[in-house]
Amino acid sequence: MTARATRKARPERPAMSEDYNFAYLDEDTKRMIRRALLKGIAIPGYQVPFASREMPMPYGWGTGGVQVTAACLVPEDRLKVIDQGADDTTNAVSIRRFFERTAGVATTTRTREATLIQTRHRIPEEPLREGQILVYQVPIPEPLRFLEPRESETRRMHALEDYGLMHVKLYEDIARHGEIATSYAYPVRVAGRHVMDPSPIPKFDNPKLSGNAAIQLFGAGREQRIYAVPPWTQVVSLDFEDHPFTPSKADAACDLCGAAGSYLDEVITDDAGSRMFVCSDTDYCTTRQAEGHRGRLNREEVA
Amino acid sequence: MSPLLRVESLGKSYGARLGCAEVSFDLWPGEVLGIVGESGSGKSTLLGCLAGHLAADSGRILYRGRDTRAMSEPERRMLARTEWAFVHQNPRDGLRMGVSAGGNVGERLMAVGARNYGQIRAAATDWLGRVEIAATRIDDRPRQFSGGMQQRLQIARNLVTGPRLVFMDEPTGGLDVSVQARLLDLLRGLVRDMGLSVVIVTHDLAVARLLADRLMVMKDGHVIEQGLTDQVLDDPQAAYTQLLVSSVLQV
Amino acid sequence: MIEIENLSKSFTLHNQGGAVIAVLRDAHLRVLPGECVALTGQSGSGKSTLMRMIWGNYLADAGMIRVAGVDITAAPPREIIRLRRETLGYVSQFLRVVPRVPTVQVVAEPLLALGIAPDEAQSRAEAMLARLNIPRRLWGLSPTTFSGGEQQRVNIARGFVHPFPVLLLDEPTASLDARNRAVVLELIAEARARGAAIVGIFHDEEARAAICDREIDVTGFTPARAA
Repeated sequence: MTARATRKARPERPAMSEDYNFAYLDEDTKRMIRRALLKGIAIPGYQVPFASREMPMPYGWGTGGVQVTAACLVPEDRLKVIDQGADDTTNAVSIRRFFERTAGVATTTRTREATLIQTRHRIPEEPLREGQILVYQVPIPEPLRFLEPRESETRRMHALEDYGLMHVKLYEDIARHGEIATSYAYPVRVAGRHVMDPSPIPKFDNPKLSGNAAIQLFGAGREQRIYAVPPWTQVVSLDFEDHPFTPSKADAACDLCGAAGSYLDEVITDDAGSRMFVCSDTDYCTTRQAEGHRGRLNREEVA
Repeated sequence: MSPLLRVESLGKSYGARLGCAEVSFDLWPGEVLGIVGESGSGKSTLLGCLAGHLAADSGRILYRGRDTRAMSEPERRMLARTEWAFVHQNPRDGLRMGVSAGGNVGERLMAVGARNYGQIRAAATDWLGRVEIAATRIDDRPRQFSGGMQQRLQIARNLVTGPRLVFMDEPTGGLDVSVQARLLDLLRGLVRDMGLSVVIVTHDLAVARLLADRLMVMKDGHVIEQGLTDQVLDDPQAAYTQLLVSSVLQV
Repeated sequence: MIEIENLSKSFTLHNQGGAVIAVLRDAHLRVLPGECVALTGQSGSGKSTLMRMIWGNYLADAGMIRVAGVDITAAPPREIIRLRRETLGYVSQFLRVVPRVPTVQVVAEPLLALGIAPDEAQSRAEAMLARLNIPRRLWGLSPTTFSGGEQQRVNIARGFVHPFPVLLLDEPTASLDARNRAVVLELIAEARARGAAIVGIFHDEEARAAICDREIDVTGFTPARAA
């Protein structure tokens, strides 16, 4: 909690380094990435190959998302970075610092104030608005990969809308677990055409993909793929008639802000196995608390 | 009535090396055509071209009157998962080894739009029964099956959408003789009951005699003789066919 | 039902120096519905060859074979297949079946091929097996393990289970005991009575005399051996 409190109060942010081009990448690279982004926007859900660059961070730490962010940033932007919904985790902090230093852009933890949000594994609870950009970090962009290892074949399957295999995965889930057990990276069909991996967001967030006012961009650095969902695009989670898609979350309310409809993290609080549920979206949670909402374990503070 | 498949002067080369040349035949509904010949005779090339796995260089392949060579890839793929089927010699090439038996059978249904889990599972159960695999094995993976069972599973997976035309590449190759017999009997029954047209490539003349209505004998990429199966085997005209038949013990 | 005109046949053995063996020349034969004709002649005179040519198993060099209106020498394979399924029955001396298929299935198969319901096909097959004195305990077993006489009767059951309008019989009574021979002769007589045209090879003279209207000595069609 203390980290959250101090975050906003941090006295100054480091000045922008003059040793790098704006937002680290050179202009040619940014142009190349923007072309890929435009193509992705033009063909919603289609994976556009791009020449992913080496970034000063390891693969798996969001190199794809960082490159997309770098290509989109302008000096007037206000950037928010979240990891599993939180602004204060290592990954989020280091990426935010990275752009503070290389682009000198303003940053924020407030969803509604941000113009560009880079995210790992979540969509903010607060509805996004037109003009905002949401950039997802994607580890494995190919939803068919675990069933069909050949890239040449999966590309052909996308081209020909040969998506029976995707339902085979869901079939296997039901056959083995009695229900569709896939709970994150739940496959979707975008604009009635391409099947897409929404990155490892919980399936709870899937409905927010559809009809979203913001531009949603996806970057996979190691796999060198970019794809996009333009604003107000229909995104449907795959399912069976007799086993319909259900967004799910822990059956509880946030113990800090009392929110009943937000995605929750379960936190073990002591060695005796006591636990609490808290909003995974820290900005949402602190905003609610500031508005006076209180959860089960937060009541004494009111008194 | 018209032929289901009409092949006219089909040819395919691999650079300077001839795959097959000047192949022509008609296949009628319910007919089983055997293609026999030694390794390298061009029979597998021909089958590959017919099934659209290989691009032929010349000639026409008319399926229900339409030239499949002129079709777009999506059209051909749609045919391949609805009206056609392909049974590979090695079940590993025709099955998804990491997917359960039920998922393997259900895939073609889902590929053509089936979206009801209960119905897909019922169809898979029915087909496992038809190929003599116990319904209790529906959630097992093919890895846990014997070679003969894997081959029967591959057949179920292929036939679940009720195709009209089935391509088979040495479907009984690599199986024990007793397992082969059971598979042959199963195939004969399915061909008869479903009215399937089949193009089967085999080097086993005994298999050809038991399954095929007609035979085509290939050598060096050319069809050197064709006719009724028992006529070709019992009264072979070409020198090569006579040699082929006389080289086999008791077919 | 069967008309044969100017039929010639020779075998060219490409792998034995291209030797040509002439077997038949200018063969003629005409069999009417309800008629049973025996082919006679010494061994090697071409009886089996002629029968196999009617079946479509051997190709003709010249001439015509018309069975129920279809010219076997010119018909495409699928016409011959249809003829064999519906019209032309053949009882050969050899039983050729998929191993491990139960006897009753083997006998029912010609009926299933005609689209007859499995239940009816099965009961008709069973009736025929019973009539030919194949013990019921054998019906579920594959005939490949049977004795010669039993296999022969399974073959006959297969040939008579469907009332083919044309029947070719190659030594149908060989290797049968008296009781079963009588059953087979009875079956042939019934087929004649229903109007089937029958061509047979019978070494069994008594049977031939009892069942056949005419005899054709194929020696008359045997070409003089080229010197």
